[in-house]
Order: sequence, then C-alpha cells, then structure tokens
Amino acid sequence: MATIKKSPSYWKMVWRQYRRNHLATWGLVFIAFLIVMALGAPWIATNKPLWCNASGSYCLKAPIPYTPTQYNLDESLMPPNRHHWLGTDEQGRDVAARMVFGSRISLAVGVVAVGIYVAIGILLGALAGYYGGWVDQVVSRAIEIMICFPTFFLILTLLAFLGPSIYNIMIIIGLTSWTGIARLVRGEFLKLKNQDFVQAAIALGASDSRVIFRHMLPNALAPVLVSATFGVAAAILIESGLSFLGFGVPPHIPSWGSILSQSQEFMDIAWWLTLVPGAAIFITITVYNIVGEGLRDAIDPRLKV
Amino acid sequence: MSTKPLLEVQNLAVHFPVESGGLLRKQVGLVRAVDDVSFHINAGETVGLVGESGCGKSTTGRAIMQLIEATSGRVLFEGKDLRQMPHAELTHARRNFQMIFQDPYASLNPRKTVGDAVGEPIKLFGTAGGKSVNERVQEVFHMVGLNPRYIRRYPHEFSGGQRQRIGIARALAANPKLIIADEPISALDVSIQAQILNLMTDLQEQLNLTYLFISHDLAAVRHISQRIIVMYLGKIVEVASYEAIYSSPKHPYTQALLSAVPIPDPVVEKQRRRQVLVGDIPNPINPPTGCAFHPRCPLAMAHCKTVTPKLQQTESGHWVSCHLYDK
Repeated sequence: MATIKKSPSYWKMVWRQYRRNHLATWGLVFIAFLIVMALGAPWIATNKPLWCNASGSYCLKAPIPYTPTQYNLDESLMPPNRHHWLGTDEQGRDVAARMVFGSRISLAVGVVAVGIYVAIGILLGALAGYYGGWVDQVVSRAIEIMICFPTFFLILTLLAFLGPSIYNIMIIIGLTSWTGIARLVRGEFLKLKNQDFVQAAIALGASDSRVIFRHMLPNALAPVLVSATFGVAAAILIESGLSFLGFGVPPHIPSWGSILSQSQEFMDIAWWLTLVPGAAIFITITVYNIVGEGLRDAIDPRLKV
Repeated sequence: MSTKPLLEVQNLAVHFPVESGGLLRKQVGLVRAVDDVSFHINAGETVGLVGESGCGKSTTGRAIMQLIEATSGRVLFEGKDLRQMPHAELTHARRNFQMIFQDPYASLNPRKTVGDAVGEPIKLFGTAGGKSVNERVQEVFHMVGLNPRYIRRYPHEFSGGQRQRIGIARALAANPKLIIADEPISALDVSIQAQILNLMTDLQEQLNLTYLFISHDLAAVRHISQRIIVMYLGKIVEVASYEAIYSSPKHPYTQALLSAVPIPDPVVEKQRRRQVLVGDIPNPINPPTGCAFHPRCPLAMAHCKTVTPKLQQTESGHWVSCHLYDK
C-alpha cells in the first residue's frame, strides 16, 4: 500500500520475456547495426576525408575510403586485401562500399513495403472481422483471389509493365502481400468481437472507429508485429531476387541482389563477389527470422495480462 | 404505479439461424433463444430475471442493450424504440442504459488502465459535470469503494471482486438511469457476492438507479429485486412481486426452482422437500410442442403437449403461463 509504483505495461512484459532469449536479443543488436550502417552509409563509405585539421596536414579517412561507384580498372577483380577489405569487382569498385550502400536498398524495401502492406492488411482485416456480413465476404474473396497469384511472378509481371525501379518494387510488394496480415487481423477481430470488454465498449457508446482502433487493435497487434518481422525478411529476399534477375534497381546503383547478379560471370575467378552478398542476404534473412521467432515466443506463452 | 415505465419490452424475439457448413450455408434450424418476451421496468425498481443457463436471460439483456440484433419486437426506453433508432442517436442514447458484465476478467480491456476504462464514458458523454475527467473518475472510484490511487493500474492487478467494482464504476460513470446487470456476482466468491450486492443496493438508493438483475441464483435475486421474472426456454413462465414468488409460486417450474434453494435454518431445512426436475433443458432448436416445460413437469396434463399456454394474470401483478391456471 505504501508505495504505488506504476505497473509494467504489456509491452514491458513482452520485452522482459524477449530478453531471456539471448540469440534473439543479439539478433536485435545485429538489426540495429544494419540500420546504423544503412543510415550512415554516406559517412562510412566515401573517398572524401571525414574531418581535417586546420592546416590540412592530417585528415581522418572514412572506414571504407571509396565510394560505391568509384571505379579503377587497374584494380579490377582484386581479392580481399588491406585496402579493399572485401575485394573489388570487375570495374575495380570496392565491394565493401557497394555492400554498405546496398544495405540501404534492402532496408528501405523491407521497411516501406512491409509498412504499406501491414497498413492495408490491418485495415481490411479489421473491417472484415468487425463488421462481418457482406464486408467480410468481399474482403475474404479478395484475399482468396490475391492468394491465387504466385506473388513473385505477379511482381515480375507488374514490374515489366511499370519498369524496374526501387519505388515500384516497394509499392508492388506492398500492394500484393497484405493477405497474410489481413487474415491474421480478421481472425483476431473475430475472436475479440465477442469478448466482453469489446461488447462493453460498444455498450458504453463508443463509436465503431473507437472500438476498432482503441479497444480491439491494441489487442490484435502482437501477432501482426511477429508477422511483419518475417515480412521484412521476405521483402528483402524478393528485392534481392528481382535485382538478381535484373528487374530491380538500375545497374549502377548497388543493391545486394544486383551485386550478386553481376558476380555470375566471374564466379570461377572471383569467389568473393558471390560469397559476400550471398552471405549478407543469408545472414540478414536468418536474423530477421530469429527476431520474429523470439518475438512470437515472448508473446505466445500467454503472458499474465 | 407510476405513469410510464422506464423500459418496456414488447414481444421481443431473438432467433439464431443454424446453418450447415459448406459453401451454400443452408439454414437447417432456428434457435429461438428469446421468444415473444414482454415485460416492463419502472423507474427506481429492481427486476430480477431468473432461469437456468441457456434459457435466454442473458440474450434478453444483450438484446435490450442492442448488443445483439433482435429478430422482432420493440424495446422502448423512455418511450422510444431503441431498435428503430438511427445508429448515431443510439450511440448517444447509450449513456442512459449501461451494462455490468458477468466475467470481471473478460469485461475489462487488458491494455487499458482501469482509470482509462472508467474515464472513457465520461469523455464520450461529457458527464464530468464541470469537474475534470480525472476528478470524476476518482469520485466514481470512491463511490464503488475503490482506492482512487489505483487508477493508473492495469486490470490484471486486481482481484475478481475489485474488478467487478471497476465494472460497476465504468457503468456508473456515464450517469445512467438503467443498469442491466448480467449475472454480476456469479463469477465471484460467496463472501464477495454479498459485498457487491450491498454495493449495488447502496448505489441504487444514492443515485436512484433502475436495475434489471439477471441471475440463475434465486437467493441472490431475492436480496435485491422487487419483482421477479422467471424464464424457461426463451419464454417468460411467471412474473410476480418477490413476496408472491416466494410465498405462493404458481408455475411448477418456479416451484421446482424454489425448492432447490437451501433455507438457512436447520429445522426448517430438514423439512424442505426438494422437487428435483428430471431431464435436461430441451434442445431449443427443436423445442417440445405445446408447453415447453411439459416433458419435465410433474403436473403435466394431456393438452400441455399440444396447446401452448399464454401468460395470464391470476392475481394483481402475478402473471403465469401454465394450463393449471386456465379459467
């Protein structure tokens, strides 16, 4: 009675549970590292000095003192060495610099595409689950129709019409991948709709949008977050695949998929060109999946709420 | 009797279609959860609604609250039919009739602090009465006997009894005239039940509330109600003042229900003859013909199987639906 401390909220309890999973916690650290790398790319990989003293006698060089498009044909296809940590490609461009800039594409595609489809999925799923009836029929049929298309080929087809561009990739992934989230949210809403606290909110005189967004959505968000984490991994993979096939970003802009794509011709003489982007994609996807699973486990064992 | 009842339910029916699985969803049956139910509640009164589980008492409560869409009938609140009201007007009118739910664990949003839960109707309807929302929340907390310092806590930190007090506080916050209490004490310990019942009676006196008290527990209902409605299989079988129900129950079903209530006096209790009903409550998809109670009725007659009895007045204010009282 004496001390009344503010009780831990649901998400604090989820975090406490999540922290117990060391692998997932390190996964989160790795994702944070990727984000810092993507955001800081112009300062990490540049041939301009970061800082010089007043007389210009001493300059602080960037960690990777090359830009991703800076070519030097004298240094083409060099294996990893003191100057080029991850070697160079056929035009003598530094692979490390290209990888750092490539991570921006992966991150942007992952975040924006997933953001678009999570928003669409939540809205349609919530409406279908809350209102039922013909609204549910329309949304459910739309989901079934979307699922019928193999997403990757649908994306390829649409890109062929719209032209390859990173923005088109984001929008198309966003517009085609919302079905999973919509089904998830619809299911959660069907479950929540009959719970007493939702009925209580309706009986209280709360408007539909208030019931949907203030009362039901916060209780349906946890599985969406898990799914979105897996979704980021899937979106990165799709972007890499598209870039590999040449439908992604224009060739001069580095992305992990396009670096991998260009490595094909030199696979037998320049192993690093294949290994580095391949490993980066593999590790990133794995880490996102580990984080997603950790999150799911932290939410799933019915926390005492 | 006062002029106009606060709530008047006329021929209310709630039917749920039973659909087959598969694509075409053929309707294969109809559950008459509530069938042709009419009653009224006067302002300031407490009416108890009793019956076995599955008899449609909760469905009646939710249909009055417009949480379930009724199939037919009228629900007149202060003379206005809630079923015909446009959505926006109904939402606004809800401040006058609130509900207390059975399960105090399920009826509070786990992601909202209890202060937010109680504050919501105050914000929605502006019933703070010149005070800040927070002050009004504290006031309501005080009314239901909760420490106002707990308003920042989450529901899972409270006991069942405390949660039910929060549920009552939330219903009161809108300043309603009518409260529909759907088995408000059946999920609680016996010791807590009495506290909650006393709280509800105290609040009724203070705030001039009207209750529809739904329960399967006759002993609890007698504590609080002036009039009692007995339901069986979606229909009203008996309506009477609580004295009349206890001293001279008319319907064989009511008599059976009452004989199941223990008497807290050992001498009298020994002489209590229990009239045990045989069989289960029938399947409401396929209810018995005639009087729905006849397969279990110890006094059933031949025409009970064929003719459906009507609710008729035997004495002033005592209504019963049974062929034994046909004139």
